[in-house]
Amino acid sequence: MNWSSVQRILGLLLMMFSLTMLPPIVFSLYFDDQSWLPFVEGFALTLAAGTLIWLPVHRVRKELRLRDGFVVVAAFWTVLGTFGAAPLYLAQDVLTLSFTDAVFESMSGLTTTGATVITGLDDLPASILYYRQQLQWLGGMGIIVLAVAVLPMLGVGGMQLYRAEAPGPVKDTKLTPRITETAKALWYVYLAFTIACMVSYRLAGMGWFDALCHAFSTVAIGGFSPHDASMGYYDSAAIDIVAIVFMFVAGVNFSLHFFAWRYVSIKHYLKDPEFRAYAFILCNLSIIVIATLFYFRGFESPDQTIIGGLFQAVSIATTTGFTTENFAVWPAALPVLLILASFIGGSAGSTAGGIKVVRCLLIYKQGVREVARLVHPSAEIPVKLGNTAVQPRVVDAVWGFFSVYIVVFGIMLVAMMSTGLDQVTAFSAVAATLNNLGPGLGGVASGFMSVSDPAKWIAIAGMLLGRLEIFTLLVLITPTFWRH
Amino acid sequence: MKILILGAGQVGSSAAYHLSREEANEVTVVDVRPDVLRELQDRLDIRTVVGHAAYPEVLERAGANDADIVVALTDSDETNMVACQVAYTAFRTPTKIARIRSADYMNADKLFTQDAIPIDVRISPEQLVCSYIEQLILYPGASQVLDFADGRVRLVGAKADRDGLLVGQRIATLKDHIPNSEGRIAAVYREGQAMLPKGDTVIQEGDEVFFIADRKDIRVFISEMRRLEDPVRRVVIAGGGNIGVRLALALEQTNQVKLIERDPQRARQISEQLNKAIVLVGDAADEELLLEENIDNVDVFCGLTNSEEANILSSMLAKRLGASKVMALINRASYVDLVESGSIDIAISPQQITIGSLLSHVRRGDVVKVHSLRRGAAEAMEAIAHGDKDSSKVVGRRIEEIELPKGTAIVTIVRGEQTIIAHHDTVIESDDHVIMFMTDRRKIEHLESLFQVGVSFV
Repeated sequence: MNWSSVQRILGLLLMMFSLTMLPPIVFSLYFDDQSWLPFVEGFALTLAAGTLIWLPVHRVRKELRLRDGFVVVAAFWTVLGTFGAAPLYLAQDVLTLSFTDAVFESMSGLTTTGATVITGLDDLPASILYYRQQLQWLGGMGIIVLAVAVLPMLGVGGMQLYRAEAPGPVKDTKLTPRITETAKALWYVYLAFTIACMVSYRLAGMGWFDALCHAFSTVAIGGFSPHDASMGYYDSAAIDIVAIVFMFVAGVNFSLHFFAWRYVSIKHYLKDPEFRAYAFILCNLSIIVIATLFYFRGFESPDQTIIGGLFQAVSIATTTGFTTENFAVWPAALPVLLILASFIGGSAGSTAGGIKVVRCLLIYKQGVREVARLVHPSAEIPVKLGNTAVQPRVVDAVWGFFSVYIVVFGIMLVAMMSTGLDQVTAFSAVAATLNNLGPGLGGVASGFMSVSDPAKWIAIAGMLLGRLEIFTLLVLITPTFWRH
Repeated sequence: MKILILGAGQVGSSAAYHLSREEANEVTVVDVRPDVLRELQDRLDIRTVVGHAAYPEVLERAGANDADIVVALTDSDETNMVACQVAYTAFRTPTKIARIRSADYMNADKLFTQDAIPIDVRISPEQLVCSYIEQLILYPGASQVLDFADGRVRLVGAKADRDGLLVGQRIATLKDHIPNSEGRIAAVYREGQAMLPKGDTVIQEGDEVFFIADRKDIRVFISEMRRLEDPVRRVVIAGGGNIGVRLALALEQTNQVKLIERDPQRARQISEQLNKAIVLVGDAADEELLLEENIDNVDVFCGLTNSEEANILSSMLAKRLGASKVMALINRASYVDLVESGSIDIAISPQQITIGSLLSHVRRGDVVKVHSLRRGAAEAMEAIAHGDKDSSKVVGRRIEEIELPKGTAIVTIVRGEQTIIAHHDTVIESDDHVIMFMTDRRKIEHLESLFQVGVSFV
């Protein structure tokens, strides 16, 4: 292990992160909401901590190794959750959050979960609301990917970091030969969507500030909103449709967006098996949701039912977590169906959470292969995505991920229930955090305010595990990793 | 610059390593072996594509459409030629470099025209290595001999020992020692550290001194650094592969050459090719065989088999049995460091030799020649200055006025037939060949930009 370079990069990243506390100060001064002080303090604290970590080793020039990448990413996300909480915790005169609550809120933002412990959002100062949204936006494409894009000195080490943070089963595919260029391309696409989303929201009737805030959390597939009622606050079909479109887009692999932009064609989308599966799943889920709603509610206001059903299906299945209605009280199996859909989540390489469509697709294809093998016992049947056979190594990794996901889910469910939560609440709380979804059912339908501190810490761990796709954290607690 | 490297073998990997270290390059490597590529991508900041290097579909996936250079380095000559053809016809790639091993292809200049097989540069590692060894044999005492300006000027590395005339003295006294010759000390390596020498630098025993001199003066310069050795007469070559046979052919007229080959059939084949050299069938690490062939009287023993371990061991054995100087062909960089401090006099690294000739085609500006030294830590470069005082950053300026990056020195200028040793007040003219030495490769981009002609010139 190469501790000094890990330390150096950690310090650098923290210094970089401290800069993200400056925009809220600008908003605070602009709206004159009198709460700039916590951000100045947070900025100073984070910058000082970063400098203290960086300074003793700033001359070290060693390449990061694979293992160091895991340590940096895991350590940075943990540290980030804590320092990101600083301004929220320091704003005691308007927020009065406990330390646990502040960390929960910050981690929920960064991991793009979108579960909140704050009530009365509508009365909070603009700067704090903006800061929560910005946390989601930074976490969406990945703050380490951002660092790889803007800090050229990471070099080959950038690849190790990128791999430890990027979601999906195949992490070696680069868009461009240089990792910094790949990271830049991803952030440009991300930025372009954010701006497009903001303008669309504005045109659909939001104010500029709300449009910016919601664009941040929509494109990041986060789910934070500056209003307690989330998207339901506006009660506007136009805004819902904009949200549906951009949630869908953000749940697609960003390399597809990159190729579409570079070659100015949409054929990459249509050819991509994961995209087709993703669209197929969302379509069918929406149809089931809308049909069920019609069956139970009748045909009184069809447009509202269609848009409402579509919105909730896309929002939950992509793990965004925006709500226009309380879906926890929807009829029949819909609440559970939606929560289960969030396990599939979005595509690999998108900002969405969950297991990812491509993994589920591979597992499904394995199932199909077993059936085919029963019929043709001596056939050679590779697992294929599109026209290319998938390496057995990748298939193994997918199974490994899937089983670990289930085991982690089970452990967390038991842990949640032992803090006193009922089964439905515990189940949905774990799903909401591990899948980076946000809202759950039962006691956590509108937020995590009512659960106990230990349950919140379990949720924090769940969010982090979900965002870093479990293995990045898991390798750190295995003896193999630390054995020299 | 976008560079496509086809083939991730030894030469391909080391080319990818060297090229991707320079920030301006975007390197993509193509190979049929996914495991090799994965391992390569773990170490280097490059993109990899799995597939056959000559297939249009594979090349397109690898980004041949906007590649600036295609470097075909697979182990098949035919694949390399077809790949260049495809790159030219289907993707209009401007520069195509291919490794051609077979001497037959190599000498068929007529084949390689734009309307037949469009390869701009042919590289034959075997040939390069062979002529490199030839130079070392020609100049005993030198650890490295590199050509500039078509061989008129050479860069020579030599290890200073106690008997060198200049050892223990200031470099400024060199003029008094050899008043009539043209040459200059370019760099001194002491304990692994590079120094750009000044007039008052004192040469110490154990320093590796790099100097540039006119072809005729090289022996005199070597004698300044170490005791001059007698010209080489007896040479033993272990290994009858491509390199070994080429070397034997090149040397057999002027030297007594013995070539040891293990495979009797191959030995028979070689013996038909060679005229004067003696082909011995046997193991190069067989003590009896070496003794019988009077290894103790041999001037140079070259271990040139395909196995680097065998080269190292047989060279060490030859040295112990009394060969005056031993050389071994070693690919792995870590082995080079291991053996050079020990009993092997010169480690020959084919990759480093090949990479130099590759690098010269990748450089911007009119770069004629690049030699990679000290495992790529330093580089010597020959560039042609173009333009006039307005369009160029070097032409019409005195050397002291040129903004050279740190760790870089202009050493020599070749103007027409004339070799000019660079002084601070030498003025560079258009079409001069400027030979530079740099100890820090990260500054290369800056240096290249100096030799690029401004827009106004075109």
